[in-house]
Amino acid sequence: MRPLKATRPAPPKRDPAPSRMHYRYQRLMLTPGFRKLLRVGVPVLVIGGLIAGWSAREANRQMVADAYANTKSQIQQRDEFMVKVMAVDGADDVLAGDIRTVLPAEFPTSSFDLDLEQMRQTVAALPAVAEASLRVRPGGILQVNVTQRVPVAVFRGPEGLKLIDADGVLIQNIIARGDRSDLPLITGDGAREALTEGLEIYATAGPLALRMRGVVRMGERRWDVILDSGQRILLPHTNPVPAFERVVALNQAQDLLERDVAVVDMRHPTRPTIRLNEQAVTSLREINAAAQ
Amino acid sequence: MRDFYQSQRAMRNMRQAAMQRGVVAILDVGSSKIACLVLRFDGPEQFGDSDGVGSMAGQSSFRVIGAATTRSRGVRFGEVDAMAETERAIRTAVQAAQKMANVRVDHVIACLSGGRPRSYGLDGQVDVMGQTVTEGDIGRVLADCEVPDIGEGREVLHAQPINFALDHRSGLADPRGQIGSVLTTDMHLMTIEDSVIENLLYCIKRCDLELAGIASSAYAAGISSLVEDEQELGAACIDMGGGSTGISIFMRKHMIYSDCVRMGGDHVTSDISMGLQVAPAMAERIKTFYGGVLATGMDDREMIEVGADTGDWERDRRTVSRAELIGIMRPRVEEILEEVRVRLDAAGFEHLPSQQIVLTGGGSQIPGLDGLATKILGQQVRLGRPLRVQGLPQAATGSAFSAAVGLSLFAAHPQDEWWDFDIPAEKYPARSFKRAVRWFRENW
Repeated sequence: MRPLKATRPAPPKRDPAPSRMHYRYQRLMLTPGFRKLLRVGVPVLVIGGLIAGWSAREANRQMVADAYANTKSQIQQRDEFMVKVMAVDGADDVLAGDIRTVLPAEFPTSSFDLDLEQMRQTVAALPAVAEASLRVRPGGILQVNVTQRVPVAVFRGPEGLKLIDADGVLIQNIIARGDRSDLPLITGDGAREALTEGLEIYATAGPLALRMRGVVRMGERRWDVILDSGQRILLPHTNPVPAFERVVALNQAQDLLERDVAVVDMRHPTRPTIRLNEQAVTSLREINAAAQ
Repeated sequence: MRDFYQSQRAMRNMRQAAMQRGVVAILDVGSSKIACLVLRFDGPEQFGDSDGVGSMAGQSSFRVIGAATTRSRGVRFGEVDAMAETERAIRTAVQAAQKMANVRVDHVIACLSGGRPRSYGLDGQVDVMGQTVTEGDIGRVLADCEVPDIGEGREVLHAQPINFALDHRSGLADPRGQIGSVLTTDMHLMTIEDSVIENLLYCIKRCDLELAGIASSAYAAGISSLVEDEQELGAACIDMGGGSTGISIFMRKHMIYSDCVRMGGDHVTSDISMGLQVAPAMAERIKTFYGGVLATGMDDREMIEVGADTGDWERDRRTVSRAELIGIMRPRVEEILEEVRVRLDAAGFEHLPSQQIVLTGGGSQIPGLDGLATKILGQQVRLGRPLRVQGLPQAATGSAFSAAVGLSLFAAHPQDEWWDFDIPAEKYPARSFKRAVRWFRENW
């Protein structure tokens, strides 16, 4: 009997030829350079175009800038970044007051707004500060560590009395010599440059120390020692310290400076000279005349 | 002929360029199917084959990364019959192979079976110029071969030196550097109709591909389906294709003769179609499922539904016995094999030391063919399948693909051809600049 369902052999397998355009398209898509262009170039172009088109409007650009600034300040103003207190270590009360005056920070402020290097330079620029370091300590503390300059002498300059440290840096003004009578007095042009020598002279004074007013740099080359009675000891520009020692020894042996001597001139080491006061000269001449 | 010499040299250069790029396509343009293989040359021996023979006989230098076949449309007798159809079929195969390989191919090596190939044996003899044989001497002796009248409208497809003899010593493969005075060569020249090559060239060019080499499919099938000792001792490869049956005789690893019988599997199909009054597609199906050439008693009882689509009950429910089918197929297969026998006799095949015959190609898959061929061609007949190459899909390892596989091997290790040697300086025009350059190069 004839089956009701038609049994047909399977249709031949179709493999239709690609059109020329499709063939060329497929070959193009298999070209490595073109594929890379598609994979990279097209997304870049599309995304770049979108961004450019969107940001062409002023309002959009402003919005991005505002959002950026807002986020930035929000992060910077967090509690973790806020500096509330300043602590100054290594400075006396006067200097600490000065430091607090010169540092322009108003607390609390964000640590992002502090320019630590700038502030360090400001602090280091104070005359009384030898070295300064600043850091923001955990807990919101601005830590200022200072090393203060130590005065070694009083310097009398054209502008008045000043304290001076071992490097010859002027630290601060003082009103009267009596304020720091414990420090030696040094004056004269070029005295600051030769400060070490002047202090050495002071150190060798020994019993004369109580009578010394100060040392004066003369002509930026040599020292004079001034005593309280206005007597002057003129020291040579080379080896002033041994010369002064000789004067001290002479004074101890013969009470040279107790006599009516105006000037002891040690400038010529082989020929020390003394100058008497006018009155003494007169009396010496009378004595000499009487003796003849 | 000079033109073709130049174009073959150009193809050789293009093939080298393709090897450099690493990807080349193999196109087997047959009458029943068009096969395309995409080869990648990046094997371990791409840079290091200095010792002559690499591992796996040098096949590991390439790998098949794409393979596709399509029904051939517009090719008859191995020749392009309808250009547009052939172009479309080539496009289909190349596109599918490219898709599988996922790489774009620009260079293609093609083989074709038709074009009425004719073989000529040539010989040349020259005196060696110096003490030893140089490359120039080989060029001269090849140029000395007397070229026969190959006829109007024919083109040289292969021109391979198959033997060199130096004085009394013959059978030299490479006489360069040897001492002697008289150099003789034997050359095998194979010509086909130039219109066939031109049509194929045009089709390939229309597919945006560059032809990097062209070979005869009988030669390619011989390379892949004959084993090494068969190639060495002498054997014939019968490539039974759809529209034509190619014959190539190999000896000392060179093809020494090639011919073609313009009959093949399509003729068997059309015989079935006519004999059973069915459509060609149905006839092809019956042939591949039930075909055979040796009938047994069982075959009388095995009924095949022939079927048809006419709506007439009697016609649509016809059946034939398998014996009847074999009765239709066998005379045609016998005719093909007898024609092959005639060609082999004409070539003097019986004088070869070994007379192995290898049947390959799609037509060789008919059950019982080896028994039939033994009766007609002699005792030493076997069925051949192509060499296994790396990466070839299982579907493409059958004997129908021996030409495509052989062409891959040919692409990896091309045979030296006449045009690979330099033209001797005397053949240049007398006032040529090239001649002056050559003279300088040879004398300094």
